[in-house]
Amino acid sequence: MSALVSRGTVVLDAERCKGCELCIPACPPRVLRMSTTRNANGYAVPELLPGCTGCGACLLVCPDFCFEIYQYETPVSHPGTP
Amino acid sequence: MTRALLEGSEAIARAALAAGCRFFAGYPMTPFTELLEHFAELLPERGGVCINAESELEAIGMAWGALATGARAATGSTGQGIALMQESLSEITRAELPLVLFHMARGQYDYTQATRGGGHGDYRHVVLAPVDLREAVALTQLAFHLADRWRNPVQLYGDFLLAHTFESVAVEPLEFGALPEKDWAVDGSLGGSGHSRNVNPIGMRKGVKGIEPEAFWKRLAAKHEAIAAAEARWEAHRCDDADLVVVAFGSLARFARHAVEALRVGGARVGLFRPVTLWPFPAQALARAATGARRIAVLEQNAGQMIDDVRLALLGAVPVEAIGGISSDEAGFGVGDLYAPDEVRRRVEGALPAPGGAR
Amino acid sequence: MSDRSPTVPIDRPPSEPARRLGHFKPRLLLDTDHDLCPGCGEPVAIRLLLDVIEELGCAERAIGVVGIGCYTAFTSAMDVDLVQALHGRAPSVATGAKRMRPDALIFTLQGDGDMVNEGLQEVVHTAARGEVVTCVLLNNGVFGETGGHMTATTALGQRTKNTLEGRDAAYHGHPIRIADLLAPLGGSAYVARGSVHDATSVVKTKAMLRRAFEAQLEGRGFSFVEILTMCPTGWFVPTAEGPGYLDRVLRPVHATGELKNGERCVTTAALLAENAAAQAAARPPRD
Repeated sequence: MSALVSRGTVVLDAERCKGCELCIPACPPRVLRMSTTRNANGYAVPELLPGCTGCGACLLVCPDFCFEIYQYETPVSHPGTP
Repeated sequence: MTRALLEGSEAIARAALAAGCRFFAGYPMTPFTELLEHFAELLPERGGVCINAESELEAIGMAWGALATGARAATGSTGQGIALMQESLSEITRAELPLVLFHMARGQYDYTQATRGGGHGDYRHVVLAPVDLREAVALTQLAFHLADRWRNPVQLYGDFLLAHTFESVAVEPLEFGALPEKDWAVDGSLGGSGHSRNVNPIGMRKGVKGIEPEAFWKRLAAKHEAIAAAEARWEAHRCDDADLVVVAFGSLARFARHAVEALRVGGARVGLFRPVTLWPFPAQALARAATGARRIAVLEQNAGQMIDDVRLALLGAVPVEAIGGISSDEAGFGVGDLYAPDEVRRRVEGALPAPGGAR
Repeated sequence: MSDRSPTVPIDRPPSEPARRLGHFKPRLLLDTDHDLCPGCGEPVAIRLLLDVIEELGCAERAIGVVGIGCYTAFTSAMDVDLVQALHGRAPSVATGAKRMRPDALIFTLQGDGDMVNEGLQEVVHTAARGEVVTCVLLNNGVFGETGGHMTATTALGQRTKNTLEGRDAAYHGHPIRIADLLAPLGGSAYVARGSVHDATSVVKTKAMLRRAFEAQLEGRGFSFVEILTMCPTGWFVPTAEGPGYLDRVLRPVHATGELKNGERCVTTAALLAENAAAQAAARPPRD
């Protein structure tokens, strides 16, 4: 399997997240998943796997304005991926 | 001064236009209907807008929107329609919008409604009750000024007789002095500035989560106390040496004044106290006018509404008697047999204390 | 992909060279700290509204008239001039404001309980009169702010606080499809229904809002956009099931699509047929 490549990434404002999980199924490459990390309000927050395309679907569906979307100038390979 | 023979509704509409009213909305109902008709004819000619609203609730909603943009705006109805508007009347007061409300009542049965309001919470409206067309023209313009000055609704209490009586009257614009700019009014211009406006009845502020109802309502109540202290208006006619003081308001007071004059010719010591503001009720002025009187006779066309305010003003200092009552024509619109000079004179005369006797 | 795949840090901007394509919030939103429920669709919809106002260059001529519902408290963060109206009564307030400020871009923001229960008459008359304003309906099929009760748009079978066994036509009557009342009126220029239950719908709904505002800016008449929003609290479902519930329960009643646009004027029934045909066409052939 080739190394996973991300064309984009996000920044998550974890403290604003309410753990609603709407971003998870909204992500077309399925690179968002809920983590076990909880923010100060006790909500579980998502984490990002390699393979993000920077499409912004998560930003579109998030009720809490938690996402910034970035597109890399050059796609990034992630070391250590199978 | 150009006088014209105008019916009361037209005189009031023209006076509102002289005051710069640019928006009116209303729903037809007797005896308010002609006011709507006159606004519908006159406003567009002057670049204003008159909308025949589909209900009284929409009429006051439209006026609310116009007021929020800073325009001088008005609506009105008769008691039944004013009843429908109560939630809006209360909330417009809290939003501190300068509504002028033309309360064209079916007689005098809406005194309590006008002065106490039927809406929720603590709120007060200035209520102006003209005695004739000339005073209606002046008070209509005063209403717009006071509404802007205090950022509070002002009602003009008219009635069937006022609306439909023709008199020779001149509608001249009156000056009342400078008013502050309406920087609170919305026009879109502060969008994106971080300080956009929010005309609202709950004290919501832009950029601030939550509200503080107690502080907000207390501030509003303090404003109403200030209005009460500053805006009472009345006419005290021949009360200084009167044994009997008649208290009457609006159209019926015109008949009372006539009766007082006629009885004075006959030597009776009688005077008239006429509240011009039904709220704030001129209690202190009435108490002063009643000093030395042996009896107060309240002449109102209803089952007893203003008499409550009279009793509160006097607190038992002088006996108070009701000499008015319910009186109606067959339509129920408010012009009953009580509206007759001889009948009013008879009732006032019947209330005169015996000469030289004790109370 | 292994479940133990290393994750990408997302607590800070990337160190590699990158362009920012999406910002946390629209410029016209003052604060993202709001108290609407987890999974609520209303902030998603309101974001679109603010984005479209900005993109049309109308921030300094927009006036919003707000109804009363969960969204009301959110509006203190909306950086456009606003007027707060009573429950159901935003359309008449918008009418008065627009008549006095015809150059302003005037919209209402109302929930279904507000617009379709209390204010049914107001919005219908405003549309009939062809007032050149845009009414925006956030429809989640419940009175959210009071705790999740039936409204006029609640679907048959939908469980709410006062239809705990599901809305029953015999006892509770049938839902009202407000867009169907508005589209045929001569004064309506643009009437559409969108939703925010997935990214595709969000994009389509944003386009609807844009077309509605364009109808106003071009003076074509009354415009209306209904936006189906998730209310997991009112629907008694976990937040993650909100979008599915919307799609299964609300969309069959309040179908998404454009009902009125220029010459086109169709009913919800027609939209349902169009949507079904589009879905069938998108499915791969069986053999």
